[in-house]
Order: sequence, then C-alpha cells, then structure tokens
Amino acid sequence: MNSDKVLDAKGLACPMPIVRTKKTIDELQSGQVLEVHATDKGAKNDLTAWAKSTGHELLNDAEENGVYKFWIKKA
Amino acid sequence: MSTMTIKKMTAKEVTKKVLNNEELFILDVRNESDFNDWKIEGQSVEIINIPYFDLLDGVDPALEKIPDGKPILVVCAKEGSSMMVAEQIAEAGRSNVSYLEGGMKSWSEYLEPVKVADLSSGGELYQFVRIGKGCLSYMVLSNGEAAIIDTNRMIDQYETFMKEKGVTLKHTIDTHLHADHISGGRALAQKYGATYHLPPKDATEVTFEYEKLEEGKDILVGNEKIVVHPIYSPGHTIGSTSFIVDNKYLLTGDILFVESIGRPDLAGLAEDWVGDLRETLYGRYKKLSEDLVVLPAHFGKVTELGEGGLVSGRLGKLYEENPGLNIHDEGEFRKTVTENLPPQPNAYQEIRQTNMGKITPNEEEQREMEIGPNRCAVHDK
Repeated sequence: MNSDKVLDAKGLACPMPIVRTKKTIDELQSGQVLEVHATDKGAKNDLTAWAKSTGHELLNDAEENGVYKFWIKKA
Repeated sequence: MSTMTIKKMTAKEVTKKVLNNEELFILDVRNESDFNDWKIEGQSVEIINIPYFDLLDGVDPALEKIPDGKPILVVCAKEGSSMMVAEQIAEAGRSNVSYLEGGMKSWSEYLEPVKVADLSSGGELYQFVRIGKGCLSYMVLSNGEAAIIDTNRMIDQYETFMKEKGVTLKHTIDTHLHADHISGGRALAQKYGATYHLPPKDATEVTFEYEKLEEGKDILVGNEKIVVHPIYSPGHTIGSTSFIVDNKYLLTGDILFVESIGRPDLAGLAEDWVGDLRETLYGRYKKLSEDLVVLPAHFGKVTELGEGGLVSGRLGKLYEENPGLNIHDEGEFRKTVTENLPPQPNAYQEIRQTNMGKITPNEEEQREMEIGPNRCAVHDK
C-alpha cells in the first residue's frame, strides 16, 4: 500500500507510538497517508480508537513478524 | 521544566482503599472498549474514562471532570500513558495526583490474603482475593504444612505468604481445569516437591503426571488432620470437584458462586453438562448442611466482597437468595445456563490448553492471555 510518509515506532511503549503518530500526522496535508510501524501490542486498539476520535481514516493494518503496520489517511 | 510531583500507587494500596471503602477518584486513560470491558471497581470508587490520546493537546478536558481537592489516581494498561497524563495534571496545578504502578496488568495480578477462620484443629484457612480478575484461591495451613486450592499463576505471592507463616507446601489442588486463568498449581508443586491434584475427568488430555482427586480420598494437611473431602460435582466442567474443610467450609470451585452459578459452556459442552450442573446444585449440594459456608473460586461483582474483602456465604442463605439456585423449572434452568451467556473469558481456549500442558506460552504471553474479568458465572444479579 502506498504512503506519503513512514513512521518507525518499533520498540516504543505506550503512549509513544500514538504521541509520535499524532505529531507526524500534524505535519502532513489532508488526504496524505501515513504508514506506522509499531511493536507495542496495544497499538492496534489504541490507533483504531484514536483515528475514530480524531476523524483520520485507518485504511488498513497488517502484522508481519511481530511488527504491526497501519496506514492512516489524514482527515 | 517538568517537576515530578506525582506519586505512584501500587495495586496493593489501591486494593486496601477499595476494601476499606476509602474514597478514590480514578481517571482511566485506556481506550473506550478496554475500559468498557473491564475496570477497577469499588463501592467508594468514582471512575471516569478519557483515553490518553484525547489528552495529547492538553489535559483540560480531564481537569473539567476531576473534582477539585480530591486525590486522583490515573490508570492505564501498563503505566506509561498514566504517568504522562498524571504529570500533566500535576503541572496544571492539581495536587495529590498518583498513577497505578504497572497499570491494569499489575491490578490483574495482585492477590490479597484474607483470613477466613481459625480451624478447630488449630490450623488456619485463608482466601486469596485476586481483586482485579475476580479469582479466589485458598490456603489451608496446619502444623507447619500448607495446601493451596485453585492456585493462581503468580506463585511468588503464595511463596512469600508461606515463608511468613513458616509452612511447607504439601499439596496444590485444582477444583477443575480452569478456563479463565492459568493455574499455578503444577509449577508451585514442582518447585516444592508437593503433590498436584486434579479431577481425572478434567485431566484426560493433560501432558503431565498428577494425583487423581477421588471421592472419599481425603487429603491431609499437617498433623492436625484437616481432612479435605472431595465431592464429585460436575457441571462447570465434567470433573469439577468440591471440598469440605473442617466440616464447616464448602469450597465450590466454579460450580456455585455467592450471587450466581457456574456456566457449563467453557469446555464446549454446555448442552451435555446442563443436567450435571442441575443435579449438583439442586441435588448433591441440597443434601449438605445449610450451615456450611460456601467459599467459591470467583466473584463477579465487588458487591460480593464482604468484611475485609472476604467472599463467602452460608449455603442456606444462598439457597434463599442466589437466583441460580431458584430456577424451579428444568427447561427454564437449561435456557438460563446455555442461552444469552456473557462473552467467554479472554483467550479461554488457549488458557485451557496451557493448563493441560499442551502449550507453553512465555510469561508475557500468559499475562496477556489473562487480561480481563473471569466471566465464569452465567449471569449477574
């Protein structure tokens, strides 16, 4: 899946994956896609809920070898 | 510059506050679905949920809802987010701000030992209240020896307790093959050369050696002859076994709780076991003395916690008040225990496999598997 920017949040514990995601997405333009890589298990539920709360769209997510990947389209 | 004015509170300290009915205001910053699934409860606990990611631009939305002057505890899954939010609340000028050390994981694991009674033979009986998950386990102590019933995974807490009491572990006993939590019975027995007992009908697939629990085969603890009588009482599982200690205490496992009854579906055989469950609750237990004190393996709601946290009830009183013991029509009973049951406990299939020795998850995986409430009862009052 295409993305405009990739954020590496691997190895970071909650709340940092979301803190970084928020900071990075603030720098993007509306409609651009951010790809986030994280290893924190809570990241999926939290990113899903965060996207819902902020209006950004979680386009897709996947897991590969313990790395969770998310594609988020900025509102 | 950030000034650290926040305090950490341990699960043990929170437990004491809950049991003493001290006022506690909790801001839970986990996401909404985790919060709705499972949270800290107590009769004097006031709790609100604002996810930490809604507070990244500032904690004003939280400050509006926190009563001024009250001590506040911030809680999250592990602790990182709660520290971040607690610091910001303290920086906003609030005093007496704490965070829960180790988060809900730690809350799920803490065991509070509550004394049930001195036994007539000179021994003691303790109930270990796993307040965060609603699991209850028991220790019988007599003349330097101990037996533990329905041991939880966190065996170090029993070890510390036995050390303080100066007793040696002789037996660990599981009333049944658990589906909501990982048993520590096997590991603890191995460590101390004690005997691990299981009901054989629940253990047909286990991969390890164990001692069979059988009707009439008493288990001795100490020289004081505290005799544990197993009673075959199927229903929650086919092998479920109850014990009578000191002719006074009936340990019912997951068959009978104070305000509810066990669900028969966690091993996938609800329809088959309904009849057994009914026979146990409306037949076998009915023949026992009404003065027996029921000590179950779970509680479902904090309202079931009595004096000092003890969860218990006189059998006769339960027959009057427990809705699960007052369904006179058999068809109605069948419906109640097989339809519209609450969701199953988190990872219950994997937990059963682990308790059979078929899979061996690492510690972190085991902790994850046990997150959430026990959900072993058919309904709430």
